[in-house]
Amino acid sequence: MATIHLPRSLQALFPEAPRHLEVRADTIEGMIRELDQRWPGMWDRLCEPGPRIREHINVFVDGNRVPISAALTEASIVHVIPAVAGG
Amino acid sequence: MSASLAILLGTPKGAFILEGDAVRRDWQLRGPFCETWPIHHLTWDAERGALLAGGGSPWYGAAVWRSTDMGESWTHSSDGLTYGEDGPKLATIWNVTPAGVTLYAGVEPAGLFRSEDGGVTWSHVSGLRDHPSRPEWQPGNGGLILHSVAPHPTDPDRVWVGISAVGAFETRDGGRSWETRNRGVRADFQPGPPPDFGQCVHKLGLHPSDPEMLFQQNHCGVYRSEDGGANWTEITAGLPSQFGFPLAIHPHDPRSLYVIPLNGDDKGRTMPDGHAAVWRSRDAGDNWERLDRGLPRQDAHLGVLREAMATDRLEPAGIYFGTSTGQLFGSRDEGDSWELLADYLPPIWSVETVVLDG
Repeated sequence: MATIHLPRSLQALFPEAPRHLEVRADTIEGMIRELDQRWPGMWDRLCEPGPRIREHINVFVDGNRVPISAALTEASIVHVIPAVAGG
Repeated sequence: MSASLAILLGTPKGAFILEGDAVRRDWQLRGPFCETWPIHHLTWDAERGALLAGGGSPWYGAAVWRSTDMGESWTHSSDGLTYGEDGPKLATIWNVTPAGVTLYAGVEPAGLFRSEDGGVTWSHVSGLRDHPSRPEWQPGNGGLILHSVAPHPTDPDRVWVGISAVGAFETRDGGRSWETRNRGVRADFQPGPPPDFGQCVHKLGLHPSDPEMLFQQNHCGVYRSEDGGANWTEITAGLPSQFGFPLAIHPHDPRSLYVIPLNGDDKGRTMPDGHAAVWRSRDAGDNWERLDRGLPRQDAHLGVLREAMATDRLEPAGIYFGTSTGQLFGSRDEGDSWELLADYLPPIWSVETVVLDG
C-alpha cells in the first residue's frame, strides 16, 4: 500500500484523519477518492473541477510533483503539501 | 431570563465573535474560527440555531462552515457547491442568507446555491446563470460576485439578488427564471442611457414588514424601489457622496436606513475628509442626517465594505460597522452615539448580530 503524508492544515479540517497513513490505490485520483470515502469532503478540499489537483496544492510521489492521473505502486510515498504563499 | 448579544465578524483571517451582555456594554472577543480561512460572511441560522460562515481558502477552496455550539466546534461542507466538472471553478462564498428553513449562498463567480438541510448539502439555482444576459456579465474591481440575497419574507418563490457590475435580479418562481431589476439605476461607467443590466449594485436589502420596498447602495448612488425592484428612484441627495458599500435597514422601521458614504470610487474609497460618519434616513431616503457622535472626526481614513454593517433587534436598536482596518464601532441608540467596541482585528469583511435569549 502507498504511504501518504497529509499536511497539518488538512488534518485540522478532518480531526479524525491521521497525518500519516497507508492507502491501496492505483492512481492519485483513486487515492483521494479513498480518502474521501474515509473522511467525506476531503475530495473537495484537494480537487477542483476537471478533475485536477487544486491549484495551490502540490502532490509529490517519491519526490516528484505529479498530476491527479499519476500512477501509484505499493512502494509509493506520497506527500500532499500546500503551496507556499505570502500575505 | 436575560438576552445576550453576539456580533459576528468575518475577516480574511477567520471568523470572530464579540459577545456582549443585554445592555451592550461588556464585550468579550472569541476567535479566530474556521482555521483562519478567509470568511466573507458569518451569519446566523435562526431556524436551526447555527452559525454559518461562508468563505474560501486559497488552498482548499470554497466552503460553508457550520457550528451549532456558538463556535466551539465546526464542520465544513462544499457538497454541491460546484458548477460541475466543465464549469468555472467556484472561488469563494460571499454571502450566506437564511430564508426560513432554506439557506442561500451567493458565490464567486456569480451564482446562487440553495440548501434545505442547514448547509450540509447544496444545489445550484441554475436558472440565474441561464439568464440570457449571463454571457455578457463582466467582473467589477471586486470580482464577479453575487453578494446580496434578499428573500421575500412570506413567499418562498420570490428572491432578489445583487451581483456587482451586473445588477439586481428577481425570481418569482423559486429560482427557475429571473428578471433584471435595474430600471432607473445609473451606470456612469458606461456611455449611453442606463442599460437593462450592468449596474454595479454594492448592497441590496429589504425590510420583512414591507418587502415591496427595496433599497440599494450602488456604485452610482443610493436608490429606493417601492414596487419590488421594478423601478428605482435615486435617493442620494443630501449625502456627501454617491459612493459607498454597505446599507442597513432599521430592524423595526422599514423606512429608516443607514449608509456609510465614502469619498468616491476614484478617491481612495474612505470616509470623506477623514471624518467618520454613518448617515441615517428616517423617511426612506428623502432626507439624511450625519451621525458622528463618538466617531473620530479627523484623520480617520476608514473604509467599510459591503457586508460590514448590521443592526440588532434590541430596543432601541443597535447599529454596528466594521472597518477595513480592523475597528468595530457600535451604537446602542440607533446611531445617535457611537463607541469603539473592538480594535486590532484583521480587516472586517462582514458584521452580523444575533440576540441570544438567556
